[in-house]
Amino acid sequence: MKITYTAEEESFRQSVRAFVEAELDPGTRKKVLNGLNMSKQDYVGWHGKLATRGWSCPHWPQEHGGAGWSPMQHFIFDEETSNAGAPGMMPFGPDMVAPVIWTFGNEEQKKQHLPGILSGEVWWCQGYSEPNSGSDLASLRTKAERQGDHYIVNGGKTWTTLAQWADWMFCLTRTDSSGKKQEGITFLLIDMKTPGISVHPIITMEGGHEVNQVIFDNVKVPVANRIGEENKGWTYAKFLLGYERSGMAGIPQAKRALARLRAIAADQEDADGTLAENPRFRRKMSDVEIQIVTLEATMLKLLAQQVQGKTPGPEASFIKIRGTEIDQLLTELTMEAVGPYVAPFAPEALDTGWNEEPIGPDYAAPVAPGYFNTRKVTIYGGSNEIQKNIIAKHVLGL
Amino acid sequence: MLSFDLTDEQQLLKDSVERFIERSYPFDKRRASSKSDEGFSREHWKQFADLGWLAVGLPEEQGGFGGAREVAVLMEAFGRGLVTEPWLASVLLAGGTIARAGSAEQQEELLGALIAGESVMAFAHGEPKSRYDIARVETTAKKAGDGWKLDGHKAVVLNGDAADRLVVSARTAGKARDKEGISLFVVDPKAGGVEVRGYPTNDGGRAAEVKLSGAAGTLLGAEGKAYAVIEETIDRAAAAVCAESLGLMDVLNAMTLDYSKTREQFGQKIGAFQALQHRMADMFVALEEARSLADVYMADVDSDDLAERQRAVSALKVQCDKSARKVGQEAIQLHGGIAMTDDYQASHYFKRLSIIARQFGDVDWHLDRYAALTQ
Repeated sequence: MKITYTAEEESFRQSVRAFVEAELDPGTRKKVLNGLNMSKQDYVGWHGKLATRGWSCPHWPQEHGGAGWSPMQHFIFDEETSNAGAPGMMPFGPDMVAPVIWTFGNEEQKKQHLPGILSGEVWWCQGYSEPNSGSDLASLRTKAERQGDHYIVNGGKTWTTLAQWADWMFCLTRTDSSGKKQEGITFLLIDMKTPGISVHPIITMEGGHEVNQVIFDNVKVPVANRIGEENKGWTYAKFLLGYERSGMAGIPQAKRALARLRAIAADQEDADGTLAENPRFRRKMSDVEIQIVTLEATMLKLLAQQVQGKTPGPEASFIKIRGTEIDQLLTELTMEAVGPYVAPFAPEALDTGWNEEPIGPDYAAPVAPGYFNTRKVTIYGGSNEIQKNIIAKHVLGL
Repeated sequence: MLSFDLTDEQQLLKDSVERFIERSYPFDKRRASSKSDEGFSREHWKQFADLGWLAVGLPEEQGGFGGAREVAVLMEAFGRGLVTEPWLASVLLAGGTIARAGSAEQQEELLGALIAGESVMAFAHGEPKSRYDIARVETTAKKAGDGWKLDGHKAVVLNGDAADRLVVSARTAGKARDKEGISLFVVDPKAGGVEVRGYPTNDGGRAAEVKLSGAAGTLLGAEGKAYAVIEETIDRAAAAVCAESLGLMDVLNAMTLDYSKTREQFGQKIGAFQALQHRMADMFVALEEARSLADVYMADVDSDDLAERQRAVSALKVQCDKSARKVGQEAIQLHGGIAMTDDYQASHYFKRLSIIARQFGDVDWHLDRYAALTQ
């Protein structure tokens, strides 16, 4: 696709480029471009810089702090920030709970929570999955019992991403078990500092600590922190999932991963030249590139609708399926490109400040952990099997 | 004549190693020894010696027994147990190379200690830029008095940090990628000019970068003629990890099936969903295909006909890697989040399969070789 840009769009691109150039922390940028471990400050720092410019949550409605951009401006912004090595936005606040708050929350809740999300000062986590409620999310059992002005919450959530950094959690709780499982769920906002909450790390197969188990032991949550009505939480939860899934296309990240793959392939020597010159490997890289631009075309259409105020529907499931499949394909091809040097396990090499000689090429250390970790993407956010059920049921009418 | 059945001796070996894995090699013990300094248990290594497993695939004159099928029996069981002891590195790679290249004297000295469990050895052949190209040897060896001095960098040397002897390939003539002019040497890693940097690997094992600067080496076999020996060593290793992958896949399929019969979502066992049933059927087929190929073609790895051997090895590696990709990825997906965790065993089996796919030639490398042999 040859996109032609208007003079305004070109000038917008220049202003984004100049901003990133001036404001993006070089340490953060290095981590992003080399797949190294990120700190909370890397995310929060960049978010804060964007917030001062009014660009932290550009896709929000303008009345809440959105930028009021055209779809093309969003596209340009994503491309420029990603190319420059800016970290992605953590989705939990800006993409997930914020739309729920401005759509279903009361004025008090909007005033209390939206500014902190916009500025990046408040970190959110998602309390959805439970040990026995994964794909079957609505079967969740974390109990919230009403006692006067409070709910008393007991139970536990799992796979809670970066709960160790979170100030608040949006949480699905069971307030009624008498009827259909979807009908007794209540959507609560929980301050993570409340007594009775404990966060337990879950170490994933590559050795990282990203997800957690969060246990609630008689946690008092004010009724004022309930979104909408009691027992109507499933409606809000599903609304949120649409936003979550359409945010999972990860086009800029995929393009960056492809660029890294190409650079690695160009460095790996093959029988007749480099791996990047090997016709078969070139075809593999081109194949994934075509998949990326195809998904990008779909996203551009969806973005146009979203800017016009349309809530993402079941088509978001399709974005989630393809975006995550492409992520996995990229990490797998990168394994293939690196070859025997995927074997060394060097977690210390993923921390900045580690200055020893790398084992093998300096790009090798994050590759196998990246491949292993990325197996999660077709599981989380509603597994891809669940997404196919949604398409079958709600799009195809089966 | 085709025989898929194991001989009585092979069956005895299989029973003994499977019993050991089942009774004496629990996962928590494996995990602990995997995290130890050497990455394996010397106690287990001694047991391997006592049980005769360190002789498998080595020449009868030195007390060894069996060929590719015996190796496969052992490796498949090692796959089931995710064994980290350096059998592949020490017995198959280093020992096998010594058996093919060494003089009678060298064999007796080195293999005797190896089979007795007194010595651990490693095979230092791959280099930072060689990928899977067997002839790409840039490490050099030059005559110095009665011996040789070696210079170069050997990459991802399996169990190189536990070895008391290294079998090192180096160029004595020609240029990188020439098949002629490659020689083999025995190097004492404790001697001067050898730097061994050990590290854990993503599959729970260990490896090392070995840097040689004027390191003393003893020539093993004929000067400049080691290519064919090394090629056979790599072929045998490729076939061995194929057999290992059968054991790994079998465990993953069993775990997935078992989980699907116990995990409930939407009010039923997830194994009741037809979409998942079909995928488990595909996983079953993937393993059975790999197993069939291995049962029939593993014996060809012992063939004296080079083309026959290489076709068999390449077919095996292509099929086993493809089956392993399917089984490994699907096992994680069908379990869901639980299999993403370090606590859950499936993730460790998946990781080992993922590393095997990058050892001793990947799918494309073996497809190329197979295609060249079929022209």
